[in-house]
Amino acid sequence: MIATAAFYVFAAILIASAAMVVSARNPVHAVLFLILAFFNAAALFLLLGAEFLAMILVIVYVGAVAVLFLFVVMMLDINFAEMREGFQRYLPVGAAIGVVLLVELAAVLTGWKFAPGIATTRAAPMSALTNTAQLGRLIYTDYIFLFQVSGLVLLVAMIGAIVLTLRDRRPSATISRRQNIAVQIARTSADTMVMMDVPTRGPTMAHIKPLVTEPGEELADPIDTHAHHGGH
Amino acid sequence: MNWTVAIPEIALACLGMAILMFGVLSKARNTFHICSLMTVGALVLTAALVLSSNGGLGYNGLFLADSYAMFAKLLVLAAAVLGVIVSIDYNEHNDLRRFEFPVLMLYATVGMMIMVSASNLMSLYMGLELQSLSIYVLAAFARDDLRSSEAGLKYFVLGALASGLLLYGISLIYGFSGSMAFDQLALVLSDSSHASPGLIVGIVFVVAGLAFKISAVPFHMWTPDVYEGAPTPVTAFMATAPKVAAVALFVRVMISPFGHLLAQWQQLIVLIAMASMVLGAFAAIGQSNIKRLMAYSSIGHMGYILVGLAAGTQQGVRGVLIYLVTYVFTNAGMFACIIAMRRRGRAVERIADLGGLWRSDPGMAAALTIFLFSMAGLPPFSGFIGKYFVFGAAMQSGLVTLAVVGVLASAVSAYYYIRIIKVMYFDAPEPAFDVRPASLSIVAGAGALFTLIFFLFPAPVVAAAEAAAKGLFG
Repeated sequence: MIATAAFYVFAAILIASAAMVVSARNPVHAVLFLILAFFNAAALFLLLGAEFLAMILVIVYVGAVAVLFLFVVMMLDINFAEMREGFQRYLPVGAAIGVVLLVELAAVLTGWKFAPGIATTRAAPMSALTNTAQLGRLIYTDYIFLFQVSGLVLLVAMIGAIVLTLRDRRPSATISRRQNIAVQIARTSADTMVMMDVPTRGPTMAHIKPLVTEPGEELADPIDTHAHHGGH
Repeated sequence: MNWTVAIPEIALACLGMAILMFGVLSKARNTFHICSLMTVGALVLTAALVLSSNGGLGYNGLFLADSYAMFAKLLVLAAAVLGVIVSIDYNEHNDLRRFEFPVLMLYATVGMMIMVSASNLMSLYMGLELQSLSIYVLAAFARDDLRSSEAGLKYFVLGALASGLLLYGISLIYGFSGSMAFDQLALVLSDSSHASPGLIVGIVFVVAGLAFKISAVPFHMWTPDVYEGAPTPVTAFMATAPKVAAVALFVRVMISPFGHLLAQWQQLIVLIAMASMVLGAFAAIGQSNIKRLMAYSSIGHMGYILVGLAAGTQQGVRGVLIYLVTYVFTNAGMFACIIAMRRRGRAVERIADLGGLWRSDPGMAAALTIFLFSMAGLPPFSGFIGKYFVFGAAMQSGLVTLAVVGVLASAVSAYYYIRIIKVMYFDAPEPAFDVRPASLSIVAGAGALFTLIFFLFPAPVVAAAEAAAKGLFG
């Protein structure tokens, strides 16, 4: 009884937040609703007794994917209102495809026959093993081949990310912004500054002047300003 | 569990990791060169393992090493070896000398070997992804070149879409049949009443996904841009090894689990084959860039190969395999010549750059002539023999229209192949190309020799293809 009530509560929130994901005007809100949807889906998995999937959903989707989404949405500053401008224009095509899919879905669902006894397989069968252990047994025995190939796919993805983005291999690269602490500490004031005696009419002052100036950048002559101030 | 059936794949993957570690830790200046040679060695060693390995079904029915897979694997490994060899010199000259390059090629090859050995829709998908992901990275390898980055991104986005289609199809097939194993599917579908509309829709999606991978019309749009933008050795690699693997996989999926539904999918394949042949013939005519021309040419060739699959018979599959052998060696040699097109250190890729090649470099002009005549399907070159076997199989299966369209498309395509020959022999001479490195000469020479004299002793290849096709139907 309580499980049924919980199912409907979670399912209702899930659908409502999914609808909000596509209809929210503010993209940050949309991502936050997406996270809410993930949490509710995880709760539904829990009700089915699939606690491992529930935890994976929270850790992977909420912990990694959705947070990345959030960062991207915040950092890219996409103007979603502009992106929606074509919406009216493409509406007929989109609606036509949607109707076709809906009809297909209806055709499938009306012709659907449930095998007798299928209801018992809907939830995880009760067993002495937790389903984490069950999944582990499957992955490391029956599906060890696929598991290892997935590992290779991830290895290739890692190599690819490094090959396409890492830049500090080349000595001439100036794009690399890696901090070299030794160089920073070894830097002395003699490397960057020169103390100069500047003759003035007033009391002699040591003026600090940058050693390197940008070409075309004009340094305000301190003497002039001083003289100017003195003149007033 | 019979884990030994995958020893070649395991060995190649482990050698790949060793080469990767060597590349990371090595302080040598020419790490790229050493890693490339080690990769060639690893591929050759794997080929020896493939030859000596025992066949059979392993890993709980996920992996099947039969004579068909063995044939395809040897061809894939040969194509990969040629791909690595032609890349060495190009990468040295174009500032791409990074040791990850051969390693990625190696992992793409592992993926292809898994593809051709797949006996379950899941292992099919994993192999395909391993192969595709490596090649997406390779296509974008010249990351400071805008065209290369564009090629990589385009290939990646469209490839991900194709993977999505494929996965959707697989999920439909699984949902409507209850299994993803090829032998189980064949068992279920031997009773044609089990072929529900949902299952057929699933098969259509799987065909769409695989047609994308072999760049058959109407899923060919990415091919010219990616071929043109990617670094030329990557294009050479993409045009040979992955095509072999994807075609071998396509044929296995159609024949092995869905063979009983031949009547259902035959029309689809006939349509794709016709469209590919016609588009490959007509769209290539207007091209001035030789890499784009090769892209359209490969679309056309995929059409001819699908003619053999459309026949759906053992003869058809034998024709496909023979065609693949001739295709790989002709294309590898052709691309070796294209990579050798370099003036004052800069790669040139216009067809007009070949003007008067006969006078400045008769050897290269002769090799190109052999490749182009072979691709046009003129006897006695190897391309003719491949076409002879696929069209013969189509005629035997009663697909006369398809064979006639194929022959006509082949005649049209001969126009643009022979136009290049005309440019080489009769146009005003362009400045000579830079001196060719030995590696390119060897690949081009070997390819030309194979293409030229294949008609003298096709028997071993035909017999091996026959045995492989029998293994698939067996």
